Amino acid sequence: MFIAIAIILAIVSIAGAIMAIHHKKLSVAIIASGLVSLTASVMFLLLAAPDVALTEASIGSGLTTIIFFYALNKIRNNHD
Amino acid sequence: MIKKLLIVGLLTGLAFMFYGLLISYNGNETLTGLGSYYAQNGAREVGAANLVSAIVVTYRGLDTLGEVTILFLAAAIIGFVLKLKKDEVVEARPVRETSELLTSASQVIVPVIFLVGVYIFINGHLTPGGGFQGGAVIASGVLLMLLANPTMHISHNIVATIESISGIAFVAIGILGIVLAGGFLDNRLLPLGEFGTLLSAGAIPLIYIFIGLKVGAELSNIIGTISYNQNEKPN
Amino acid sequence: MEYIILISGFLLVLIGLWGILSQKNLIKIILGFTVFNTGINIVMVTVGYVKGKTAPILDVISPEEALTSIVDPVPQALVLTAIVIGLGVTALMLVYALKLYQDKKTLDINNFKDLKW
Repeated sequence: MFIAIAIILAIVSIAGAIMAIHHKKLSVAIIASGLVSLTASVMFLLLAAPDVALTEASIGSGLTTIIFFYALNKIRNNHD
Repeated sequence: MIKKLLIVGLLTGLAFMFYGLLISYNGNETLTGLGSYYAQNGAREVGAANLVSAIVVTYRGLDTLGEVTILFLAAAIIGFVLKLKKDEVVEARPVRETSELLTSASQVIVPVIFLVGVYIFINGHLTPGGGFQGGAVIASGVLLMLLANPTMHISHNIVATIESISGIAFVAIGILGIVLAGGFLDNRLLPLGEFGTLLSAGAIPLIYIFIGLKVGAELSNIIGTISYNQNEKPN
Repeated sequence: MEYIILISGFLLVLIGLWGILSQKNLIKIILGFTVFNTGINIVMVTVGYVKGKTAPILDVISPEEALTSIVDPVPQALVLTAIVIGLGVTALMLVYALKLYQDKKTLDINNFKDLKW
């Protein structure tokens, strides 16, 4: 059971990482990197590390994505 | 082209090294060294049910002080770099109306989010979580307020006051540990209490409250600085 | 299970490094850094995992039981620190990228030649 979950998480996180690096649209790439952090947080839960999972979900997946979007928004504002 | 080949070569070498690490890893069966010391003596010496909190706050408390300092420095440098010059005016784009759903929902949800953050860092020594997670949850509450009202300006004075008071209190508890107990940031200056209750583990809940307030203020400061003046003129 | 997670952690490190070295856009490079960071964190937590044990949160004070029931708490405390610092570093990199953009009106790293010789 845990092995099946781990395989699915590994596939999703690697696909998300490749998308974060290679997708043409920056907003999609940023969301994909947030997905990598989210799957990593579930992996930490499987590894019996609930503290780290909570931190990764709130900081790595939530706040980092939002800060990326604010920076992207500012760059677009300066553009025109 | 030659550059890509070089990069691929480097990554192949690194992958080979990782392969070596992977085949030598065959899963731990028992705890070793430091981990087993903390497992055996952590609960008795510190009195915290959550051993990760015991390590972060007490055994390696000095590292946590350094971490909070790094976060403070990052926030300060971001504020310094993004500061506008006096006569520089960014043309403002019109602020788009936020939807009514978001504004009304934020009024209901924001207090609950703050409450959850406070719960997480007060119970840091019993349940998963602690000052950093609670601070991040509080900062996401501030973020929701900002999303609902993009022209809101986070008062710099309030954030700076909360942050400096909690930083000073954190260091003061550490120094009190030298005077009243065994060393810097020793949590036994307060009685350890009954194992597993809210008022236990000496000074750990107190330290985590200050860390949570400080981290929440710092992260809110970072978010506020980055989002500021994206839509409105600086005045 | 821990092997699969360890392999995916190593692959995330490699993909992140590939992104840092091969991409031209500054934002993409910073995304590569965050992927790299996540991969390293996964590898470090996996190293502290002990088969079949539970999280390092105890019910009662008993040294023998604790020794046989929990995973290693030290790497977890280390990774907790690393994630929080990772956010500060990412925000700092983004702000510098923003400042460079305001200066040159471009995010392509090939256009920043001021220190090239």
